[in-house]
Amino acid sequence: MSEQAQGTRFVDKLHKVYGIYTLGFLGFFALMAILEQLGIADANAIGLLFLLFTIAIYATIGYLSRTMQVNFYYVAGREVPSLYNGMATAADWMSGASFVALAGGIFFGGYPYLGFVIGWTGGYVLVNALMAPYLRKFGCYTVPDFIGTRYGGNGARLCAVIVLVVASFTYVTAQINATGTIASRALRIPFELGVWFGLLGILLCSMLGGMRGVTWTQVAQYIVLIIAYLVPVVWMSNAQGFGVIPHFGYGEAAERIAELEGIYGLGGAAEAIAGLKVLTTPHFDPQGGLDSWKFVTLALCMMAGTASLPHILMRYFTTPTVRSARKSVGWSLFFIFLLYFTAPALATLTKLQLLDPTLATAVVGKAVEDVANLEWIQRWTEVGMLAVADQNGDGIVQLNEFFLRPDIVVLATPEIAGLPYVISGLVAAGGMAAAMSTADGLLLAIANALSHDLYYKIIDPKADTKHRLLVARVLLLVIGAAAAAIASLQLTGILGAVAWAFCFACSGLFFPLVLGIWWKRANRQGAIAGMIAGFLAGSIYLWHVYSGGDPLWSIDHLRFGMIGMPVSLVAMVVVSLMTPEPDAETQAMVDETRIPTGKPILADTH
Amino acid sequence: MSDVSSDNRRLHWQRSSKLTYVILAIWFVFGFVVPWFAKDLNAGSFLGFPLGYYFIVQGSLIVFVLLIVVHNLLQDRIDEECGMSDE
Repeated sequence: MSEQAQGTRFVDKLHKVYGIYTLGFLGFFALMAILEQLGIADANAIGLLFLLFTIAIYATIGYLSRTMQVNFYYVAGREVPSLYNGMATAADWMSGASFVALAGGIFFGGYPYLGFVIGWTGGYVLVNALMAPYLRKFGCYTVPDFIGTRYGGNGARLCAVIVLVVASFTYVTAQINATGTIASRALRIPFELGVWFGLLGILLCSMLGGMRGVTWTQVAQYIVLIIAYLVPVVWMSNAQGFGVIPHFGYGEAAERIAELEGIYGLGGAAEAIAGLKVLTTPHFDPQGGLDSWKFVTLALCMMAGTASLPHILMRYFTTPTVRSARKSVGWSLFFIFLLYFTAPALATLTKLQLLDPTLATAVVGKAVEDVANLEWIQRWTEVGMLAVADQNGDGIVQLNEFFLRPDIVVLATPEIAGLPYVISGLVAAGGMAAAMSTADGLLLAIANALSHDLYYKIIDPKADTKHRLLVARVLLLVIGAAAAAIASLQLTGILGAVAWAFCFACSGLFFPLVLGIWWKRANRQGAIAGMIAGFLAGSIYLWHVYSGGDPLWSIDHLRFGMIGMPVSLVAMVVVSLMTPEPDAETQAMVDETRIPTGKPILADTH
Repeated sequence: MSDVSSDNRRLHWQRSSKLTYVILAIWFVFGFVVPWFAKDLNAGSFLGFPLGYYFIVQGSLIVFVLLIVVHNLLQDRIDEECGMSDE
């Protein structure tokens, strides 16, 4: 097995490979900075070079990771060390939405929006406590593989496949949408074309190497995305005198914003501008009661969704041992934390720079003429993502006269703080890395579930390896194309689609997964009932509120998992108890899943 | 099936699940109880942040990371003491 030997050698020198890669990327960044200073490359050329350079590297890694073995294709040969699996999971996890939209969401959304921040980090405690080590011990290739084996029968497997496909597909269209947006801006091509360009980049990473290719490109993408997120924030903080490391000292900035909000008022715009927003939500002013309820329900849906989303869970199938699977959950959250605890700092400091009239960067409170002449204001106004409208005619920009598209906060921050273009190019590469890595994980999760669980386990169990891997790749292509086609229609906003994906996943899969490990009495009938009832209840409720129905207990379309999850739990428990308990063999299987030692339930190649 | 005595299994699972419940209780406090009372907590302050705000943008996240690390260290110890470490 030359491939095995080759793979092992690669795993042995990971520190060296990624160390050189990181230095190479920083070198490229420095080169771009020099080209800019010398006046050789302009903003567009820099943006283009950043994108092409990084995508070329990912594609190379994807090509070098090509494989013809099922356990490499599905679980990267189960040889990914926990540190690197942590990075890959972090890239898999942090989507275009986290990178581009999170800080903007905090900027505009205040306390209620911060439910996403708590939900998307706290979910990992659940992953670690309830799922990852046990699923690793189980030895499955996909999430439906666990459901199908634990509960037995094709019915349960098929239900899991359906929930997985719906949740992941909802999510992946949003990611391809994001790659399209970035590509179209950098390459100056129409959005519809940019989407297909983005898809091409995504498939280059995953087609040949499956999980193995995706793993090693995701590590590379994490390095790019975290550098691209942290460098501008730290640079901006230093340039504007907010301290060397801004994270621990922006409390006063937050207090100052609250003070300024009191002075300007948060009245809302006199005349709305479509697609743009003025600041109407206080930076941080929880009201208690209903406000608290909305916060915790959102956080709960996002946490349970985290612990049920197959593209995340399957990352923990790739580690060598149960212990390393647990350890890699810790690394994952640490690497995610680096971005998530930066986003509120970024949102706060950017907001302060725009609002505080004592700062040179301020926009609000300044004369409309002066503001309209600022270069960055003009650039974003041209593309319709920003507007300054003197609606009360006093010649001064008021807080409710400064319109912004929430998504641009991260992208515009370097320009607001007057940083060089090279930073903007870096940010574009980071956004692309974030969106591509998540899209890769999602597409692979869908294609693997269909090829392994639907095709191999249900339709043609006699298929040989060559056939299985061919089917897996064809499906990847077809699903990618379908997602790109839907993304180019731009049906939903990025954030809405992401929250829906989490709610679909937790409605249908959370309890069947958790109880499969934690409740021996759970049986096939119960699991099927739990998946179907939870998923249907959630979907019907989503349709109800989305088509204008009255929400129950203020549960809106972002948190419909609050309906799906309890229905799923009750259906699963009641039906399980009404039907015979699982046979002794299944119960022994659960016992075996709970201990780290011994053989996995499913053989290495299955 | 690995040949582990059923007593040993029971003890291992008892200790593992007890540990998990404690971890989840702490998770619940920082994930839900603290954010719920953010308004009241804001009366206090930490590092110049209003306290409720601090927990939501930073404190709880740090607790989550530490929780996983501590959980894993203790779980490793349980595994080793029961002779069930797979490394």
